[in-house]
Amino acid sequence: MFSMCLCGEKIMALFTKDEAQALLKKALSFSKADECEVSLNGSEGGNIRYAKNAISTAGDITTLSLAVSSTFGKKTGTATINEFDDASLQKVVQRSEELAQLAPENPEHMPLLGPQEFKESITYAPSTAAMTPDSRADAVAKSLKVSEDAKLEAAGYIENSANAVAIMNSKGLFCYNRDTDVIFSVTMRNAEGTASGYAARGFNDVNKLDTLTATKIAATKANGSLGARAIEPGKYTVILEPVAATYMLENMFRGFDARSADEGRSFMSKPGGGNRLGDQLMDEKVTIYSDPFNPDLPSATWSREGFPQGRINWVEKGVVKNLAYSRYWAQQKNVQPVPFPNNYIMEGGTASLEDMIKSTERGILVSRLWYIRLVDAQTLLLTGLTRDGTFFIDNGEIKFPVKNFRFNESPVIMLNNVEELGKVERSISVESYRSYLVPPMKIRDFTFTSLSDAV
Amino acid sequence: MRRKEFLQLSAMGFGALMMPEFLFSRNIDPLAAINDGMDAATKKQIADVALNTAKTKGASYADVRIGRYLNQFITTREKKVQNVANTESFGVGVRVIVNGCWGFAASPKVTKDEVGKIAERAVAVAKANARIKPNVVQLVPQKGYGEVSWKTPIEKNPFEVPVKEKVDLLLNVNGIALAGGVNFVNSAILAVNEQKYFASTDGSYIDQDIHRVYPFFNVTKTDKTTGKFETRRSLSSPVGMGFEYLTCGPENKVQGIVTRYKDRYDMLEDMKNAANDVTQKLSAKTVEPGKYDLVLDPSHLWLTIHESVAHPTELDRVLGYEANFAGTSFLSLEKLHSKNFQFGSKQVNIVADKLQKGSLGAVGYDDEGVATKQWDLIKEGVLVNFQAIRDQAHILGLKESQGCCYAQSWSDVQFQRMPNVSLQPGKDNKSVDDIIKDVQKGIYIIGDGSFSIDQQRYNFQFGGQTFYEIKDGKIVGMLKDVAYQANTQEFWNSCVAVAGKDDYRLGGAFNDGKGQPAQSNAVSHGASTARFNGVNVINTARKI
Repeated sequence: MFSMCLCGEKIMALFTKDEAQALLKKALSFSKADECEVSLNGSEGGNIRYAKNAISTAGDITTLSLAVSSTFGKKTGTATINEFDDASLQKVVQRSEELAQLAPENPEHMPLLGPQEFKESITYAPSTAAMTPDSRADAVAKSLKVSEDAKLEAAGYIENSANAVAIMNSKGLFCYNRDTDVIFSVTMRNAEGTASGYAARGFNDVNKLDTLTATKIAATKANGSLGARAIEPGKYTVILEPVAATYMLENMFRGFDARSADEGRSFMSKPGGGNRLGDQLMDEKVTIYSDPFNPDLPSATWSREGFPQGRINWVEKGVVKNLAYSRYWAQQKNVQPVPFPNNYIMEGGTASLEDMIKSTERGILVSRLWYIRLVDAQTLLLTGLTRDGTFFIDNGEIKFPVKNFRFNESPVIMLNNVEELGKVERSISVESYRSYLVPPMKIRDFTFTSLSDAV
Repeated sequence: MRRKEFLQLSAMGFGALMMPEFLFSRNIDPLAAINDGMDAATKKQIADVALNTAKTKGASYADVRIGRYLNQFITTREKKVQNVANTESFGVGVRVIVNGCWGFAASPKVTKDEVGKIAERAVAVAKANARIKPNVVQLVPQKGYGEVSWKTPIEKNPFEVPVKEKVDLLLNVNGIALAGGVNFVNSAILAVNEQKYFASTDGSYIDQDIHRVYPFFNVTKTDKTTGKFETRRSLSSPVGMGFEYLTCGPENKVQGIVTRYKDRYDMLEDMKNAANDVTQKLSAKTVEPGKYDLVLDPSHLWLTIHESVAHPTELDRVLGYEANFAGTSFLSLEKLHSKNFQFGSKQVNIVADKLQKGSLGAVGYDDEGVATKQWDLIKEGVLVNFQAIRDQAHILGLKESQGCCYAQSWSDVQFQRMPNVSLQPGKDNKSVDDIIKDVQKGIYIIGDGSFSIDQQRYNFQFGGQTFYEIKDGKIVGMLKDVAYQANTQEFWNSCVAVAGKDDYRLGGAFNDGKGQPAQSNAVSHGASTARFNGVNVINTARKI
């Protein structure tokens, strides 16, 4: 039973746009460097962790810090501080300038961007920002009620945060955003350790989070997983639930980068040189894009470099349409920079998970994947395992639970073998806790290479 | 960032390496790291305020950790320095037991006034928890040590080595790579210094100064016509040493198919070898899948030990406290108490320790004031113990903690983390050649690569850096696209030989993650080269 809180200064971690503008302007006024960028980051939030049907740790964390980057020529130094009086602001600017003089030159340094126009984001939900240790405890109590009623053991985690960020530079750029986030995950097991189920949720708005229903789903999965049978590993048609599909795809999204592709060391590299822009790399059913204004997955409307973010297609009907270009790489290749986005969305279809099971003659329903690691960067071959509810489908029905498998599969190959995509859902990666919009997907010839005894 | 995120260096080509972004860390001048910081006498006065406040407010036990955490990261690619970062984090955490429940609070302000408030807050948190779910902590007794101190026995403080000297070394290393025909190279030196002061109501005042350093690189060679590329990572290890790790003599070199390193590391030489290896890899034969006898070098085997032995013997995993994230364990109290659970073959002796010189786990005292020690986990193949801290010791019937409690910073609560977990050398003192000459159809694997294991640690898959085919007792050439899959218990029972102490070397993980929110821990794993019979090898080549 641990609990934790971090008690700092009396500070306004969730500063407003006007407050940020005034503070950052003042900090910049002390700069003597060729270029200067100041950024303010604030965050308020907390978490509760529980296991074996009891709270094990709890935390409450508030942070606020100012970072100053000063550049002379191609030499940059950064200093940070968490005090905001005039003398402290002056000190931190001066310190960053001293560090810049000591720094080695960065040949890839790019001059700072000037003023840009940004639309307001829709990432902030006051209800999430208003969460308290008590409201977190209430959410956990609902989950614990389910586990006690179901005579199962719950282990779970809830974390909420409200964040404010602002950047200003000596060329006149100013960006500001506020966002909120709440994530919840729960694992339900029986006392014997022979059954296990899981559910995970992530939202900007805590009003969308229903820990009771999520825990019930985990309980249903756990009860359904009892008595799993071993079937031969091999190639199977699989239905990946969104939480499983998300974890596979997250490993691919990081590779939508022009530089590593052009350098010949990515799955986006083209034999003979260059990258796969314009190639039909995946099935026609696959469209992947980013959109900061999607109401189900809103994100900030600017990139860390200070570019406005809008809708952009990465893969359209299986064809690679865009790769991210840093400002340095764009200059080398004489193209426009394309910033890395703040969210990823994959288009789906209209089928429900139940519809997809009904239309499957023989296959495996995968609830969750675990410990995914890169095996071969050339083909993006990944390995990992199924976990917390794996079921055999025969003639359109779930027949029985099966033992977990290890897979070796590339998401690129997987997205060439798409049979059907279902309704898009917001889902979180079980490793990074980032949210994505991804459909459940039916994939043929998914490669399971061995069995695992793990429950 | 929104929560304590981990900065993944995959974009730089350092696939497996995760670097934590420390909360409240601030950037500092490289020279500021050499300052001594707050003196021990002042820390003692502040700690006493916290302990006295906690006791007055009703705590039956309290401990205080005042910590200063220094990090330096220098990263380069080809002829460019990408980043030189120096960070410092200083603060205090107070942990208490009230009404049988733990409470914890922390602050970046290390003053008598603030620490009193923090102690009060920790007590309030414990009281609130005690109301929700009474679950009485049973703390095994621990004697107070009075005022004591411990330092990592370093010869050369990495923070006192000028940044320019490190940058020059890395750019020289990169130069060798480029001259050796590789297309891309990333290299880095990471250095950590934990200055930790611990005090408890048991009467301990423990001052510790802990150092870790990790030099490493990754090279990539591409073949434009085929579009193929291969990589080879350094054969260095993160170590609990100073910058002397990079001064390497002939006695620190293990000769063989490629030079490997014991206790010290020659980065320039390893880069020369890496450039050769990566060129050979491009034209190496793709492996025929099937059963092979594996001969695993310590630079590879440490990671298999980490995942399949060290994690499943953590008592909190065994009991279910990590079920929602990292998972549980295939091991159980019943298997331990049976005294005949055959984890591995008779050759398999595995020891947990927090003492070994040069290891990442070595400290004088753990983060709850327990003097460190060594104990057996697996003896002649049989499971004989787990890893436990003060509030877990009673579960194993132990009279004292095993001293493996750790927190990544003053702002995180300490919990059970793995000590060094190492395979002991074979008693018949075999050489690597002795082992290879008996293998008819096998693969010799050097360096760690891809890794994945299930949530109860039964089924795993590992890759490597370089793979050599063994036929009729001889190495006949390089292979590629190799990964092996096995069940933990079957794998360790297939261990038929472990080389002698002359071959024993340490590998390790700089940032092993556990918990929610995640905390990072550094840990070493020692081994001598070992042979495992009849392991399933798959071919990982695909076409897209």
